[in-house]
Amino acid sequence: MDYPGQRVVEILSELGFTHVVWLPDSAIGPWESALEQSTALQLVRVCREGEAWAIAAGLHLGGKRPLVMIQNTGLFESGDAMRNVLFDLGLPIPAVIGYRSALVPNTTDTACRFTEPILQAWGIDYVVVRSPDELPRLAEHFRKCRAAIQPGVVLVAEGRM
Amino acid sequence: MTHHEKPRMPLVAALEVLLPLRGERVIVTTMGAAREWPKLSQHSLDLHYIPSAMGGAPALGLGLALAQPGRDVLVLNGDGAMLMNLGSLVTIVASGATNLTLMVFDNGVYEVTGGQQTAAATAERRASVDFAGMARAAGFTSVRAFDDLAAWRRDAALALQLPGPRFLVLSVQRVADYQLESAGPLGARLARFQAALAGK
Repeated sequence: MDYPGQRVVEILSELGFTHVVWLPDSAIGPWESALEQSTALQLVRVCREGEAWAIAAGLHLGGKRPLVMIQNTGLFESGDAMRNVLFDLGLPIPAVIGYRSALVPNTTDTACRFTEPILQAWGIDYVVVRSPDELPRLAEHFRKCRAAIQPGVVLVAEGRM
Repeated sequence: MTHHEKPRMPLVAALEVLLPLRGERVIVTTMGAAREWPKLSQHSLDLHYIPSAMGGAPALGLGLALAQPGRDVLVLNGDGAMLMNLGSLVTIVASGATNLTLMVFDNGVYEVTGGQQTAAATAERRASVDFAGMARAAGFTSVRAFDDLAAWRRDAALALQLPGPRFLVLSVQRVADYQLESAGPLGARLARFQAALAGK
């Protein structure tokens, strides 16, 4: 599934995001060029997903509007950093998370199997975007979470292992 | 990696050197520095990163530096915490931020949990790894290592004025009895810090 990067950048820019802190996967990776060329968004590359939450926290405290963008495997990897930023510090940092294998019928990918239960266990409000036509849901969800001053996740489904 | 035994300076004495030099820098503390710095400074631009995700302070400091390019940000990190997130050295350099100084206070142990040695300070090695070398390899060009308090006192001001990002590592003595005093309600601390950043 190819989600148009330029359209995603337009949506994120309209939402007022200033920084995308990311470690890409195959779902969100194709957006790199559009993100790099954006004048509204600054792309911050990290080596490990836990860094992304802490950098976003610093950006938020410093008055910016960051967005974390990682894969679901990175969600698992960065659990303690996310816990600290969202729940200890109480910062409403939003995230777009690549949902590996979500479009693969009868997938045995455990990264796919555990993603939504993990988000539910942490009490994080999320929606799943399953096609480019559903990208408007991303904006709707982030607007809702921002109004509620709460973190929110948009899972972007992909179908390659 | 260097395997020699280093002399070590008292952490508090090392921190005291920063007091007249901090100016309007944002200072992010964690681990041992978070225990001692609040006893020395109650500046509104101090952020005691407690509770923290261990290893996250350099990244949080980087976020602050990117958000506030007109301010210098100083992160006071521990060696165990640095080991947990060595990739942040690469991330900091790659970000292009020049208004960031990352300091590592290296005592070779996990002081917070009772003084167990880190993987970098095994009994065979008897000293920590070459953090300064790691920083250089990650792309930091302004790197200084201090084993001696007199040298740190003499050169600290100059080290903090080197082109950023800067990486400073100080060998410090272990503290046997680690007791972290409450830094106060986190919500109130963050609100005060954000207001100071916003110039309110």
